[in-house]
Amino acid sequence: MKLELRGITKVFGPLVANDHIDLVVEPGEIHALLGENGAGKSTLMNVLYGLYDPDDGQILLDDRPVTFKGPGDAVAAGIGMVHQHFMLVPVFTVAESVALGYEPTGPAGALKLDEARRRVAEISERFGFDVDPDALIEDLPVGVQQRVEIIKALSRDAQTLILDEPTAVLTPQETDELIGIMRELKEAGTSIVFITHKLREVRAIADRITVIRRGKVVGEASPTSTETELASLMVGRSVSLTVDKEPAQPGEPAFSVENLSVVSPTGTVLVDDVSFEVRSGEILCIAGVQGNGQTELAEAILGLEEADSGRMLLDGEDLLRLSVRERLRAGLGFVPEDRSTDGVISSFTIAENLVLDIYDTEPFARGITMSPAKVAANATHRAEEFDVRYTDVQDPISTLSGGNAQKVVLAREMSRPLRLLVASQPTRGLDVGSIEFVHKRVVRERDQGTPCIIVSTELDEVLGLADRIAVMYRGRIVGIVDVAAEEGGVDRDMLGLMMAGVPMDEARAQAAEHHSVLGQADLEEETP
Amino acid sequence: MSDKHDPSLSEGSDAGEEQANVAAPPAETGTGTDGADAAPAGTHGPTHREQDRPSVLHQILSGSALMSVLAIVLALFIGGLLIAFADQETRDASGYFFSRPTDTLAAGWSAMWDAYVAMFRGSVFDWQAASFAAMIKPLTESLVFAVPLILAGLGIAVGFRAGLFNIGAQGQIIVGAIVAAWLGFAFDLPPVIHLLVAILGGAIGGAVYGGIPGLLKARFGANEVIVTIMLNYIAVYLISYMLKQPAFNPGRTGQRSPAVAPEATYPLLVPDWLVPGNTFRLHWGFVVAILATLFVWWLLERSTIGFELRAAGANPAAARTAGMSVGRVILVTMLIAGALSGLAATAQVLGTERSLTAGVAASYGFDAITVALLGRSRPWGTFFAGLLFGALKAGGFLMQSLTATPIDIVLVVQSIIVLLIAAPPLVRAVFRLPSPGSRSRRQSRSTTKEVTA
Repeated sequence: MKLELRGITKVFGPLVANDHIDLVVEPGEIHALLGENGAGKSTLMNVLYGLYDPDDGQILLDDRPVTFKGPGDAVAAGIGMVHQHFMLVPVFTVAESVALGYEPTGPAGALKLDEARRRVAEISERFGFDVDPDALIEDLPVGVQQRVEIIKALSRDAQTLILDEPTAVLTPQETDELIGIMRELKEAGTSIVFITHKLREVRAIADRITVIRRGKVVGEASPTSTETELASLMVGRSVSLTVDKEPAQPGEPAFSVENLSVVSPTGTVLVDDVSFEVRSGEILCIAGVQGNGQTELAEAILGLEEADSGRMLLDGEDLLRLSVRERLRAGLGFVPEDRSTDGVISSFTIAENLVLDIYDTEPFARGITMSPAKVAANATHRAEEFDVRYTDVQDPISTLSGGNAQKVVLAREMSRPLRLLVASQPTRGLDVGSIEFVHKRVVRERDQGTPCIIVSTELDEVLGLADRIAVMYRGRIVGIVDVAAEEGGVDRDMLGLMMAGVPMDEARAQAAEHHSVLGQADLEEETP
Repeated sequence: MSDKHDPSLSEGSDAGEEQANVAAPPAETGTGTDGADAAPAGTHGPTHREQDRPSVLHQILSGSALMSVLAIVLALFIGGLLIAFADQETRDASGYFFSRPTDTLAAGWSAMWDAYVAMFRGSVFDWQAASFAAMIKPLTESLVFAVPLILAGLGIAVGFRAGLFNIGAQGQIIVGAIVAAWLGFAFDLPPVIHLLVAILGGAIGGAVYGGIPGLLKARFGANEVIVTIMLNYIAVYLISYMLKQPAFNPGRTGQRSPAVAPEATYPLLVPDWLVPGNTFRLHWGFVVAILATLFVWWLLERSTIGFELRAAGANPAAARTAGMSVGRVILVTMLIAGALSGLAATAQVLGTERSLTAGVAASYGFDAITVALLGRSRPWGTFFAGLLFGALKAGGFLMQSLTATPIDIVLVVQSIIVLLIAAPPLVRAVFRLPSPGSRSRRQSRSTTKEVTA
């Protein structure tokens, strides 16, 4: 099925989210839609999927104009969508999930689950999905859940499949498998629209690439373009994808975690006997797929999660005995993973957010009386230092873009003399420019001798920043890779295998033998 | 700043994506709105955790002053319709509505007009009275009713700002009243000191009673709504029990304590030389209400306690991450809220009534919730909302006696105000105001922006 979007325009108030976008997806083509966060990719796909009414423009299927009143119409027309956050009911089986909404029924409305089951088995076999129709969704790994979503779309005869940031939740190995599946589907004639902001993936699998910036198509690119070319097109200026930094000058071990365990109230072990140390002047990155205990580890360091056992020494002082406030005052800088819930208070002003954890210290408060003038002066000063783009420091912080809000958090946390910096996902959801800035500040903090712990699920970020990399899997540290000691740089495939729980030595051996699709793409770029 | 940013660009791109989220029906499932552009799993866009309830509050409290005014106007209009419908003449005229509809309309209009004119004369200025003092007496009566409403309303407002639904002002007023009255009639202290002791006692009584749910929530996570409602019942029975005790009811004559000693009462506010021959009941409790409003403003806007309180109310997770002790904030907030309700009680027992009766709290504790809502939990907003409600109460009496309109219409108007304030979209629809705009944008922004950027 040939899909064509002609002049799609979608306006939200003053913002033109999609500005006359043209897009043609040929049958059996993997078409990548590349753009930064907020560029309008998702809006476009929601228009295509019938969730939004376009203000202008046409959707054509096989050259016939169609209008979708809702996702139902889109599905009926052969368009399937796999959302980034899966729409699955955890306690349902795979067959039930696939049947949901299109339940095959017999006389008197009785469910015919057998048919759904057969359908799942059939599709699963045809594309080598290896999915058990009777497995419960909640028991399945994320990668397999995603396959269930794909099966669901295919079971409704989707001829065009929209995959919205499909790799965000996957391990590198799972990503590899997904790429395999996408190729199978393509062979079978399904067209795929692949939404992403990850350049490597695009280069590895796309047949054609459309780049969107600020709601407009800014160009088409071929998969043979280099990452730098793609990034420049996406951002609209030349960007540096690597983090500029000198080799680390690590000093004495400054912060150590010994046999730390965190157990959830329900008894699940979230952090399992973790030990590591960070030296002053080095960046330790905690890598791993989301949900393997990194969040809890970071929160345990701050004191939001109670440690079940173990010790945590900052310059010899046991942090576990201190409250959150005492730890912050002891020189811990903490950038929380989820900016909106933990990092800022959206109804507070920029100025107030900049003193959120120092509001009761001199000069902002004397006794219990606060000085708004001092708070405002501090805000102007910090905002300038951290290049926050704002109109008025007394505006609510919700008026700032994500990148600027994150700069506010950094400015706040780095404005005190630090003895340890812990930053979780410091660049999540940020535009390329802000990412560069954040990385620069982290490196500068390191160069001032502060031990830094960066938790990140983005391998690119980990590889760019880290002096050492600790990989976490199911609450444990699988291994710690010393970047400087790796000849020829750290092997992505090795890290990927470690993120799936393979011990370091084994991972190294396996990675040497077999390169993943993405790893292969890297090699090709290096040797053009 | 050399490079202030261009709001039309980066701001706009956020706004659009947000509205997108609002527009998409299954927004919270992340139906491919910006959640989709976010990074890894588990971040499921808004991870609300404890934010759900404050956000409901936030929605009510972040409405503009305009919304409050429109709610009042609309409520008065609906109240007027009810007055017209209840009017006998109007109903008689409606019998021949189709032959002479103007009769019905005229009768309805005059019923409504008469009722509201009477209400105005009973609450602000009575131009038909004999002397100047008598003319402005209604205004002072309104203020008398407003004092406990303002004070208790401030208590509720402080709770709202900290994200707490303190329904227990009624109980806190009762307990404060018991303590203040007892200190007032059972002791013999010098003037001024006696009054201050009694006021302080009332505030402490209210604070302790407000502190109970605060402590239970802070330590054990008990829901403050349920606890305060239950404590209200306990307070009601506590006061009738107290009034049966010899100490409170020496003569065993009905449900009234001995009179509070003159030294322990609020002096009258308007001296005779200022307005000769006045019979105003307005007392210094009104000054206390003004001072309390100033204090609450300072507390919320200029003190570290208020900073913590607002932070915990707006986003407890972020407050905790910033090292604040949310439990402590809850306790302190409830103590302050209770103390303000206790002050409301002193206005009654040391000022207006000068003795303790079972009905001392009337419905002030509950009306105060409306007052705080109408005032959007801002100190001065609450102050003026209290004045309005005091006027409604005072005006209702004259309205009832001069026209056939029952005083319950005041209750109806109050209730409609609550209803409208709790449903801003309804008011917007009625007045055809531009839809969601700022409100929904602000709300969804806080949750979605982060993943967009």
